Amino acid sequence: MSQQYQMRFAGSGGQGVILASVILAEAAVICGFQAVQSQAYGPEARGGVSKAETIVSREKIWFSKVLRPDFLLALNQSSLNAYAPSLAEGGVVMIDDSLSAAALPEGTRFIAVPILRTARETVGKAFTANIVAVGAINAALRLFPDEQLAEAVERHIPAGTEAINRKALAAGAALIGAETARAFARSWE
Amino acid sequence: MSKAVLMQGNEAAVEGAIAAGMRFFAGYPITPSTEIAEMSALRLPQEGGKFIQMEDELASIAAVLGASAAGMKAMTATSGPGFSLMQENLGYGAMAEIPCVVVDVQRAGPSTGLATSPAQGDYMQARWGTHGDHPVIALSPSSVLETYTLIIRAFNLAEKYRTPVIFLMDEIVGHMREGVELPDPRTLLINRRKMSFHDGANKQCYFVPEGEYVPAMKPFGQGERYNITGNAHDESGFPTNSHEIAGRLVTRLLDKIDKNVDDICRVEEYAMDDAETAVVCFGGTARAVMSAVLEARRRGEKVGMFRPITVWPFPEDRLRARLGSLKRILMVEHNHGQMLREVQRTVGGSVSVDFLGRVDGTVITPDEILAKLSEKEGEKHAQ
Amino acid sequence: MPSDLVHLYMRIDHLPQMWCPGCGNGVIMRDVAVAIDELIHDEESGVNREDIVIVSGIGCSSRAAGYLDFNSIHTTHGRAIAFASGIKMANPRLHVIVLTGDGDCSAIGGNHLIHAARRNLGLTVIAFNNDIYGMTGGQYSPTTPNGDKATTAPYGNVDRPFDIARLASGAGASFSARGDVYHARETIDIIKQAILHKGFSLVDVYSICPTYYGRKNKKGDAVEMLRWQKENLIPTARYYNMREDERADKKLIGILSYNDYPEYTEEYAKVIARSRESLKKNGGAKT
Repeated sequence: MSQQYQMRFAGSGGQGVILASVILAEAAVICGFQAVQSQAYGPEARGGVSKAETIVSREKIWFSKVLRPDFLLALNQSSLNAYAPSLAEGGVVMIDDSLSAAALPEGTRFIAVPILRTARETVGKAFTANIVAVGAINAALRLFPDEQLAEAVERHIPAGTEAINRKALAAGAALIGAETARAFARSWE
Repeated sequence: MSKAVLMQGNEAAVEGAIAAGMRFFAGYPITPSTEIAEMSALRLPQEGGKFIQMEDELASIAAVLGASAAGMKAMTATSGPGFSLMQENLGYGAMAEIPCVVVDVQRAGPSTGLATSPAQGDYMQARWGTHGDHPVIALSPSSVLETYTLIIRAFNLAEKYRTPVIFLMDEIVGHMREGVELPDPRTLLINRRKMSFHDGANKQCYFVPEGEYVPAMKPFGQGERYNITGNAHDESGFPTNSHEIAGRLVTRLLDKIDKNVDDICRVEEYAMDDAETAVVCFGGTARAVMSAVLEARRRGEKVGMFRPITVWPFPEDRLRARLGSLKRILMVEHNHGQMLREVQRTVGGSVSVDFLGRVDGTVITPDEILAKLSEKEGEKHAQ
Repeated sequence: MPSDLVHLYMRIDHLPQMWCPGCGNGVIMRDVAVAIDELIHDEESGVNREDIVIVSGIGCSSRAAGYLDFNSIHTTHGRAIAFASGIKMANPRLHVIVLTGDGDCSAIGGNHLIHAARRNLGLTVIAFNNDIYGMTGGQYSPTTPNGDKATTAPYGNVDRPFDIARLASGAGASFSARGDVYHARETIDIIKQAILHKGFSLVDVYSICPTYYGRKNKKGDAVEMLRWQKENLIPTARYYNMREDERADKKLIGILSYNDYPEYTEEYAKVIARSRESLKKNGGAKT
């Protein structure tokens, strides 16, 4: 199980964390990895807590749930507070910079970026926050080549929204500086 | 780039069903099965098939049986509360010998329970949910790819044995996405129900020759004329009050399955040849069990997995065949001990049977299974 | 000696039928057979025997499906219209005729009735309406008049009854009519029109149950109950020639509502066309 990379995506319903999780799993599959994606959610379509998980591995993945994530994306405070304690040793957290990082245990490696504001102001559509996040995650962790990630996005967005989602993906990637990318880049080997 | 695509279990159920020839779906939305209705609404008309959202689950199963009687391979999908509503007509389908597939994506119950949480509490209901002695075939997949291939088998068995087949999924598999590479549709084996060559009124439409179990009938509208009923009926399909005829009919319906268990039953066995402990499980629970079994093997423990894929009829002969070398069985399932009863019945005290179950809507983890495996006998407590 | 009609359209080895002497159901079953026979012999109708499917539920009425020599399916209590919906969707060419009762289609199966009517799915529903549960021995049904007696209403029925024909038209049925046992010729003609009607059609046929309803409510024997129908159920032409005050306690035998709403399976054929169109546009991408 140590060969797996376990990712958790959390936010309030409607922020699109499930889709973010699905897109990264799809990118992994396109790149020839094994991937399993699942989610847990409450009855609310908007609001409430939404949690999605993606496991990526070179080997067959059996147990499909994430218990100790290597990576956590948190888009609201309650999900950050809820899931930060379960982070695996050496795990990485990405949060929206509007959140307080106080809940994170001392020494946690985290990246705070303006995901929600970028979606709203730079891209111009608040609902693209999840795609902005995907762009930022991949730029920071260097999980998959840009081309395959873009293909994964295209497979999961409604027809006619390609342009705005490309813009969101690029805007997300632009949030990550070269230094951050060097510090957080992950190797599959 | 890989040819694999990321697919959800519920989506694979629809694609598999369409590959099997499903051209009619009637359903009512219910979590966690709703994606099956949504995908059917999207995909069926593309294939020239029909989708209808009925007013409730009572209507859904009835419309499915009607469409099948008129010759279409038909399916519905639901979860616990809706599955309960469908029970009466599952018995009708068995009695009238109308093929169909009913998907139950199990969620935590009883009653409305935890709508979005996984469970496997409908296992016994799948067998005994409808009243009266009746035949049942139920299959349970543990991965997205298996959902695709196994639902094709569900249709094939439904057609071959002219009976409803229950496709017992769970939230774990239904809502999970995995990378899958689907088989080439041209390589698939697809069954079609036996048809008669009769034209006009047939007073022997339910006639079954000696040594066979399944009648041959044309669907409505193809020139053969007959009656279908849920009442006890004779070969003409007409209701009867004869105890002799009724007894013969129900016996044949049960024999149809009982005499063909080798054809119907499928099991996945992993590392069972030298196993001293078998972990028995079905459906999505196998994910945690396989992780635990692999870890136990790494530690040098002789543990294997025995997973019924056909969950009804319970593959008791296959389990019995393993009893010689086994010292212990651990039954792991997301309920309070339902398949456990079948295992105990099969084992009959020859091997100690432990149980790990769950009824709170959370998922049993590999570590919990490993902990249970490392408990010595005598330490185990009743659940 | 059975008539030609019986030989042609009934499964004579299962006759005589199981209904009580004086029951109206046999007459309604005959009306259905005559209506079908006349349509089969009318080339313009396009109706042929092998395309007719009789669907019934549970109750006295629903035994009719077994006696009629067509494709027939005797289903579960209340679900006949839902089974019929699947049959019609699977093969829209079929004339799907539902034979049901007042309990079957307006109590346990009421939901299916109103939704099939709302969809305007091209079924023909013939309700054998005898105001009582006969098969189980005389319990009140949704059409038992207020104040009447039944084995489960020993002090008089406090429920207010449904008017099934009005219920169907309120739910959107594009053809809703009323027939009865006494006015057989009129009822046959109404059933013929119902079968030829493209959308959802319902005929609420007033039956008589002398054994349970009649006896419990001192309505007399079958002849007296038919006399009541003759005097109080009035065919269309005569009904509309009556003064309002004369009509006050009478009921119309005829078509109550009619329109040409689009039929469901024809609308669904357009869905198939649209889905294939969008498939082409998306270059074959199925989802």
